[in-house]
Amino acid sequence: MKLSAIRDLLEAEVINGQERLDAIEIEKGYASDLMSDVLAFASPGVLLLTGLTNVQIFRTAQMLDIPSIVFVRGKMPCDELLHLAQEAEMPILVTCMSMFESAGRLYNTGLAPCSIPKR
Amino acid sequence: MSSAYVESYVVDGNELVAIGEASTKIKAVLKMLGISSDLIRRAAIVAYEAEMNLVIHGGGGSMSLEVGPGSIKILAVDTGPGIPDINKAMTEGFSTASDKIREMGFGAGMGLPNIKRNSDNFELTSEVGKGTTLKSEILLQKT
Repeated sequence: MKLSAIRDLLEAEVINGQERLDAIEIEKGYASDLMSDVLAFASPGVLLLTGLTNVQIFRTAQMLDIPSIVFVRGKMPCDELLHLAQEAEMPILVTCMSMFESAGRLYNTGLAPCSIPKR
Repeated sequence: MSSAYVESYVVDGNELVAIGEASTKIKAVLKMLGISSDLIRRAAIVAYEAEMNLVIHGGGGSMSLEVGPGSIKILAVDTGPGIPDINKAMTEGFSTASDKIREMGFGAGMGLPNIKRNSDNFELTSEVGKGTTLKSEILLQKT
C-alpha cells in the first residue's frame, strides 16, 4: 500500500516528506508504544504506529529501516525528532485516530502484521 | 575484506537525547563498507540496544566496531555498577530501568535477549562495582 493511501485512510496530516508519499510502498505495520518491543519484533521496512513522541522513536525507526512513522492520538513529535526526520527525508504522519482504530483500518485494507515468534 | 576496519565511540551517560548517535554512525559505516542490509540491521539493533544499556545502566562508556575479515564485532564497555545476576538480566521482561527510561518506551527487559538473538556469538561479563563488558559478533558468512 502506498503511503499516500495510508494518509487518506487515516485522515492524517503529513508533517514531513509529503513529496515521498507516492514513492514509498508499505507491506507491513507494527503498532506499539514500547520501543523495546519494536526493536525485538518489528520486521524490516514496516510502518510504525506509535503515540510516543521523543527522539528515540526516530532512532529506533532508523535502526530498523522503518521508512515512515505515523503518530496516533494526535500526538505531535518533538522538534528534535522532526529535525532528524527532515534530514533523513522520512515521511511523518499524524492522525487523530486511536492506535486501535488506525491499526484496524490498515489491517482491514490489507496491511500485514509482523509475525511474532511463538514462545 | 582482508584487513579489519576498526572504530570506537564514546557514549555520554548523561545525554538521554543522544542515545543512538553512536549506533547511527556504526550503521553508516557498515553501509559504506557494503555490508548486506540484513546484517547491517542486526548489527544496528545490537549497537543501539548496547548503547541504550551504556547510558541507562552503565553511566556511559565506550563502544567499538570491528569489521572483517569474517565478522562484525561490536564491543560495549562501561565502568558502571555492574550486573549482580547475569542470568536474571538475560531473562525477557526483567528490567531495572528507571521510570524516565520507561516513559521513553524502553526498559521493558528485552534489550539483552534481543542483542543475543541478533548475534552469532555473544558474551556478557560483569563485575559488581567495576563494570560490564558486552561482546557481540555477527558472522559475515555463515559456515
